[in-house]
Amino acid sequence: MASLDRVKVLVLGDSGVGKSSLVHLLCQNQVLGNPSWTVGCSVDVRVHDYKEGTPVEKTYYIELWDVGGSVGSASSVKSTRAVFYNSINGIILVHDLTNKKSSQNLYRWSSEALNKDLVPTGVLVTNGDYDQEQFAENQIPLLVIGTKLDQIHETKRHEVLTRTAFLAEDFNAEEINLDCTNPRYLAAGSSNAVKLSRFFDKVMASIKLFLNLIYIL
Amino acid sequence: MSFLIDSSIMITSQILFFGFGWLFFMRQLFKDYEVRRDHFDDANIEEDVTGFAVSCSSRYFHWKLNLCVILLILVFLVPFYIGYFIVSNIRLLHKQRLLFSCLLWLTFMYFFWKLGDPFPILSPKHGILSIEQLISRVGVIGVTLMALLSGFGAVNCPYTYMSYFLRWFMLLAELFVICLLFGDFVCFHCRMAMTRRTMFQKGEVHNKPSGFWGMIKSITTSAPGSENLTLIQQEVDALEELSRQLFLETADLHATKERIEYSKTFKGKYFNFLGYFFSIYCVWKIFMVSILFSPVRVQVIFPGNGRKRKVGLMEAWNFNLHISLSRDLTDLFFLFWWQVKFWSQHISFILVGIIIVTSIRGLLITLTKFFYAISSSKSSNVIVLLLAQIMGMYFVSSVLLIRMSMPLEYRTIITEVLGELQFNFYHRWFDVIFLVSALSSILFLYLAHKQAPEKHMTP
Repeated sequence: MASLDRVKVLVLGDSGVGKSSLVHLLCQNQVLGNPSWTVGCSVDVRVHDYKEGTPVEKTYYIELWDVGGSVGSASSVKSTRAVFYNSINGIILVHDLTNKKSSQNLYRWSSEALNKDLVPTGVLVTNGDYDQEQFAENQIPLLVIGTKLDQIHETKRHEVLTRTAFLAEDFNAEEINLDCTNPRYLAAGSSNAVKLSRFFDKVMASIKLFLNLIYIL
Repeated sequence: MSFLIDSSIMITSQILFFGFGWLFFMRQLFKDYEVRRDHFDDANIEEDVTGFAVSCSSRYFHWKLNLCVILLILVFLVPFYIGYFIVSNIRLLHKQRLLFSCLLWLTFMYFFWKLGDPFPILSPKHGILSIEQLISRVGVIGVTLMALLSGFGAVNCPYTYMSYFLRWFMLLAELFVICLLFGDFVCFHCRMAMTRRTMFQKGEVHNKPSGFWGMIKSITTSAPGSENLTLIQQEVDALEELSRQLFLETADLHATKERIEYSKTFKGKYFNFLGYFFSIYCVWKIFMVSILFSPVRVQVIFPGNGRKRKVGLMEAWNFNLHISLSRDLTDLFFLFWWQVKFWSQHISFILVGIIIVTSIRGLLITLTKFFYAISSSKSSNVIVLLLAQIMGMYFVSSVLLIRMSMPLEYRTIITEVLGELQFNFYHRWFDVIFLVSALSSILFLYLAHKQAPEKHMTP
C-alpha cells in the first residue's frame, strides 16, 4: 500500500542556484535561514492536495529529492549520483537567473537524469548533447524554476525573462521565476502557486495513468 | 639583424602561448561559470601564460625583460586585483572599493617586505626597488611553496600510481543497496513527521507555551505528541548525516574502481611503470637530502690552499671539496665522488627539466580540481587570480632552483641576470622544507591509510 502513495520528484541544478532554499520554501513555507552546501542528497516532503476542490480530493506526500553537485564532476561522482535517479515521477530544474551558464547546464542535467544508463563522457564535452527527440517522447513532467529574481535589475528583466521562456519551451515545461528568500512569490492564489500545483497534479496523473495501465494489463 | 629575428620569434611564441592559455582558461577552467569579462582577466592570463613561456631563450635581453615583466605583475598587479575582487564581494564596502583595495595592497606590500628580514638575502649595496630585492622575496615564498609541493608529490606519486595500493571494491555493491534502502527510510520518517505536524496544525493540541509560566511548565511537562516529534526529528537528522557519509564513501569507492580499471589498460601500465621509476628517484632524493643533513663530519682538503678541516657533508657536496681519507682509499673515493657528481649533474638537469614540465602540468590539473571543488560564482575570480599568483611564484623559483642542476656552462647566464643572490641559501632552504614536507606527508598518508582499512583489504 505504501508504494501507491509514493511520489518522487527530483530537484536538479548547478551548485549555488538555490535548490535547498527552494525545497525548504516549498515544504516548510518558510525561508531557509542558513543555507549550506548539500552533500549527497537531502530529502524533504511536501503535502499536496490532489484534485483540490473536487469530491475526490486526496492528500499525498510528494518527496522532493534535492541532489547536490555540479554537472561537470568526475564520472565516479556521476555514477554515485545515478543511484538517486531511479523511479522518478517528476523533475524540477532549477537555474540561477543571474548566471547564464546555469541555464545552459540544465540540458545536461536533464539528460543525465533521463538517460541514466549512458556512460558519462570526459571533461571537455560541449553543450551539443541536447536532443530534441529525447524530450518529445519523455513522459516525466518537468518544471523549470529560475531563482534570484530580486538580483536582476529592472532594465534587464525583460531580456532575461524572454530567454527563460525559450528555455522552458525547449523542455516543454512550465516555468516559474522567483526569489527563494521571499515567500510571497508562492503565496496561495498567485499564478506561481497555481502553476506549481498544476505541475504536481500532472505528476500524480502520470503515476495514476501508469498504475491504471498496470491494472489493465 | 639577429636582434630583430629574435624579437619576432619571441613575440610569435608569446602570442602562441597567450592563445593557448586563453583557450585553457575559457574551456577548462571556466567551463561552468559565467566570467565577468573585464580587461583584468587579460592581464591575468598573460601572466599565467608568460609563466609557461620557456625562457631558456639564450638571448640575454629578452630573458631579462621577461623576468622583469613577470615580477612586476606578480608583485604589483595581481595582489591589487585580488584585493579589489575580495572587496567587491563584501557588500558593505562596495561604495569605496578602490580605497579599500589600495589599503589591502599596502598591507600586502608591508608584509611582503617584512618577509625578507629574517633571511640572509639583503645586501646593502642594492637599492630598495632593485630587481634583486624583489626576486629574493618572491624567491623565498616560491621556494617554500615548491619544496612543500615537491615533498608531498614525491611521496604521493608512488602512492597513487603503484597498483599495490589499489584494492577492493566489493563493498561498492553493498553500499549501493544501503543507499537505496536508506532513501526509503528517510522518506518514511519524514512522512511520519509531517503527519504529526499536520495533526497539530489542525488544532488538536494547543502546544505553544504562552508567557513566562507557560515556558517553565513546558520544561517540566511536555505533551506526549511533541516528544515523539522531536524524537523523530532527531532520528531523521542522524539518518541524514549517515546518508551524507555513505554518499561520500560511495563516491570514493567508485573512484577506486575506476582507478583499478584504468590500471589494467596500456596507459595505466605505462603510468604504473613511470610510478615505479619516479618513486625510486624520489626515495633516492629523500635519502640524499637526509644524508646531507646528517651530523656526520668528514675531513676535507680545501682546493685553494690545501688545508685540512672538518666540515659537514652538505658543504662538501656544495663546494665540491675533496674529502681526504686514508692514503690508499683517497684516490678511489675521489674518483668515485667526482664521477657521481659529474654524471648526476647532467642526469639531474634532464630529469629536472622533465619534472618541472610535468609538475607544472600536474600542478595545473590539481589546481583545476581544487578550483572546481571550492569555487562558487562569487569567488571564482579571486581564486583564478590566486592561482595565477602561485603559478608565477612557482615559475620564478624554479628558475632559481634549476641553476643548481644546470651544467656549469649555463649557470653563468642565470647568475648574470639575477645578480648576487645567495643561491646556496635557497638550495639549503629548499632541501630543508622538502625533507620536512616529505616526512610529514609520509606520516599523513600512513595515518589516512590506517583510517580506512576496508578499502585496502586483500582479496
